[in-house]
Amino acid sequence: MNQRAAWGQTPWEVFIRPRRGLSHQHVGSVHGADAEMALANARDLYTRRGQAVSIWVVRTDAVRTTSPSEKDPFFSNTADKPYRYPGHYVALKGSDGD
Amino acid sequence: MAISGTGPLRRDLAEYTLRLGDDALILSQRLCAWVTNAPSIEEDLAIANIALDLLGHARTLLSYSGQLDETGRSDDDLAYRRSEREFRNTLLVELPNGDFAVTIARQLIYAHYSRLLYAALDKSADAVLAGFGARAAKEVEYHQIHAAQWTVRLGRGTAESRRRMQAGLEHVWPCAAELFEADDRVERLDADGIAVAPARLRVPWEREVAAVLADAELNVPAPSWQATGGRSGLHTEVFGLLLAEFQSVYRQYPGGTW
Amino acid sequence: MSADGIRAAGVPDSEQRLNEHFEALLAADERIEPRDWMPEGYRRMLIRQIAQHAHSEIIGMQPEGAWLTRAPSLHRKASLLAKVQDEAGHGLYLYSAAETLGVERAELLDALHSGHQRHSATFNYPALTWADTGAIAWLTDGAAVVNQVPLCRTSYGPYARAMRRVCQEEAFHVRQGYDMLWSLCRGTPEQKEMAQEAVDRWWLPAVVLMFGPPDTAAGGTDDRTAAMGAAFTRRSMAWGIKRHTNDELRQRFVDNCVPQAERLSLTLPDPAIRWNEERGHYDFSPVDWRQFRDTLAGGSQRGRQRLAHRVAAHENGAWVRAALDAYAASQDVGRQTS
Repeated sequence: MNQRAAWGQTPWEVFIRPRRGLSHQHVGSVHGADAEMALANARDLYTRRGQAVSIWVVRTDAVRTTSPSEKDPFFSNTADKPYRYPGHYVALKGSDGD
Repeated sequence: MAISGTGPLRRDLAEYTLRLGDDALILSQRLCAWVTNAPSIEEDLAIANIALDLLGHARTLLSYSGQLDETGRSDDDLAYRRSEREFRNTLLVELPNGDFAVTIARQLIYAHYSRLLYAALDKSADAVLAGFGARAAKEVEYHQIHAAQWTVRLGRGTAESRRRMQAGLEHVWPCAAELFEADDRVERLDADGIAVAPARLRVPWEREVAAVLADAELNVPAPSWQATGGRSGLHTEVFGLLLAEFQSVYRQYPGGTW
Repeated sequence: MSADGIRAAGVPDSEQRLNEHFEALLAADERIEPRDWMPEGYRRMLIRQIAQHAHSEIIGMQPEGAWLTRAPSLHRKASLLAKVQDEAGHGLYLYSAAETLGVERAELLDALHSGHQRHSATFNYPALTWADTGAIAWLTDGAAVVNQVPLCRTSYGPYARAMRRVCQEEAFHVRQGYDMLWSLCRGTPEQKEMAQEAVDRWWLPAVVLMFGPPDTAAGGTDDRTAAMGAAFTRRSMAWGIKRHTNDELRQRFVDNCVPQAERLSLTLPDPAIRWNEERGHYDFSPVDWRQFRDTLAGGSQRGRQRLAHRVAAHENGAWVRAALDAYAASQDVGRQTS
């Protein structure tokens, strides 16, 4: 087996919920031979100074993305659809905002 | 209840907390030597974490001991000014690190023991010990998970890791019994609901480590001898070297402030 | 995002269009993210810089790590443990950032171990006394902060985000070192002497080696030396990787340290240091890059020892990592067959 593809080098993406009410946020990656070690490594690396109520780890090769480049039909013209934004509608309240 | 007044109870508790504090202090010192030498950078981090937790435990326990024995000694005074015969740690924690398997074997014994001990101290009639036990039990639970995870992975990894892990266990196991030694002092404190007689922890400890070793497909060692003497200040020869290193800078600068 | 980026699925952009898009992102001070197209030179420059930074954090653990078992108070012992641990963590953040560029950590470590990639030569100097740990934290971490704050806005997203984490933690390190020296300077005469002596040895490694070669004519460096540094800096700044010249950052560092040293009542070992009212900065001796050439070439005895220590740890740990591999593989097989 190619040494570089060895399990011990498996990268995992790490997501942390810093406190209740917030979503998990991507904070970076860790190595871990298996999920338990990845979780332990994530705890040691990313939560020494902050509280974390929950840690997720996902194998990097399990993450599905939109495309090789981040500009592609998936996101075409997102800003060009004025019907999705309040834009030039008249305000609900008076001059002090909507 | 916090200990008030003078007398034998206070002296007993001073001695008891000294033992616990020294265990944590010396084990922390041993683990410091792994930093930059661990099998992976992740493990450098993990071991440093454990060493830091243990150091925190030592500081709390030693500070309390110095108050109780009425010498007014601080945690630093106790760590840096005592000589070999005054330390009360077990021989387990002063064992040289050996290879990673020996260190993990030592952690397996100590982490399970300390978690059971601190969880029981949580119910101590002494407020300081109870508060300490509650906090420290959570920290050493992580040490226990770490030790168990590694024991299983080394036991069920390769032929070499299995051989080394079994050898590591055989090497450290003779030092396990000393953790559970009884003496009058601790029995008295236990009777008063203040301390935990170590003998009470033995059966749950045996059950827990046996479960980990079974999972790891390793044998529980049956040593033909048992280490003893640490609680009376009778240490191994390497302890002198450990202490000399620990105290060297402090002693080089008498009257120094750090 | 403009409509230029839109293509029917399956039709590749020409390299020119891709490069235009890349340059447009840089011009707009947008971050380049892992899945963006990037020039090969940009990718390679980043990998080299991030890897060297990571290697420096790992090697940098050694001079201070050597004093962990001898820290003279439990408080200092705990602080030093936390600091060295942070350095391991910084190395890991940086290796992670490098991995988003398509390299694996194993490759980078191989490159370090074989001498193909470097670590900062600053850490080749020996930590001879306890006071060195204070001098190292105050001076080399102080220099690192000056380098790293601007890097929080470097053009490559993962590197910038790693730098933000690192910066938050690094500030504590500098203060820790300063606090240590402060205590020594207010202690016994022998302690103060130890502190001064350590600063005398660590000043030049920090000022010269933590900022890279001179890349401007500032401070009187000879033109040829400055030209070498300048070309590299120009390319790096054009790509938004570096945001300032080495000499700018070096000057900033000196300006920080001089008043700090005065407050400690320690002297800095450079007789040329004096306030220049006209420039609004402290003058200091021109950087003598040639003096440090041996250390940079990795030929120094201590440099080889630092690397050997790192390699030994790695090789001694091989059986452990092999065990992890074997266990994980067996678990996966178990899952597949159950």
